Amino acid sequence: MNIVVTDCESYVRLIVEGRVDTNTSPQLQQAILSAFQKSKDVVIDFLNVPYISSAGLRALLIGQKTATSKGGSMKVTNVSDVVMNILELSGFAKILKIE
Amino acid sequence: MENDMIKHEIQIEAQREKLDELLDMIRIDLNLMCCPMDKQISLEICMEEIFVNIASYAYGEQTGMAFITEEVTNNSISLCFRDKGIPYDPLAKEDPDTTLSAEEREIGGLGIFMVKTMMDSVMYEYKDGFNCLTMTMTW
Repeated sequence: MNIVVTDCESYVRLIVEGRVDTNTSPQLQQAILSAFQKSKDVVIDFLNVPYISSAGLRALLIGQKTATSKGGSMKVTNVSDVVMNILELSGFAKILKIE
Repeated sequence: MENDMIKHEIQIEAQREKLDELLDMIRIDLNLMCCPMDKQISLEICMEEIFVNIASYAYGEQTGMAFITEEVTNNSISLCFRDKGIPYDPLAKEDPDTTLSAEEREIGGLGIFMVKTMMDSVMYEYKDGFNCLTMTMTW
């Protein structure tokens, strides 16, 4: 998995590429937490994420909780149909901001 | 391939680092049997959840083996995961409440729920000193 971090004017964008699984999700979680240290608003681009397991969902949940605690926001964008299906069945489609 | 079935017995160290190796082996058979991509992704997630559970908890501080029996046809798969670890029925765990807000949701507890939701059937038994979890999916 690769993550490209871009510091935009008012937010940090993370472009994630690859599978978010047990072995790669710690990298995503660290990137999300590092982004929230720079900005209270974070956008995560999932255009090139074909797969997410519960370990990846945990990283997103920690990100959402961090956003709330900082009074900021976390958006997940460009979610594929397969990943969206996983977010829906896990209830995450309702607790994350997905665009 | 209409009536063919592929059957494999896999023995693999129950370690998280072995996850990709396991999924690679099963992916070859799924491709041979023309499993649709969305079903394949769901299957790989379910296999990851079960295998990582065994790797993380079955043998406590020790390491041990996972034994996987795979039977794939042109429209179905049956996977049996066995380990000789601590007897534990993961299906007995209460499902997470997926209606809660992010603040109320607890970290974890989702993996087995995803398996129960995505697979057509999931069954656990403790037999002859083995935890045995069998799950099936058709397409």
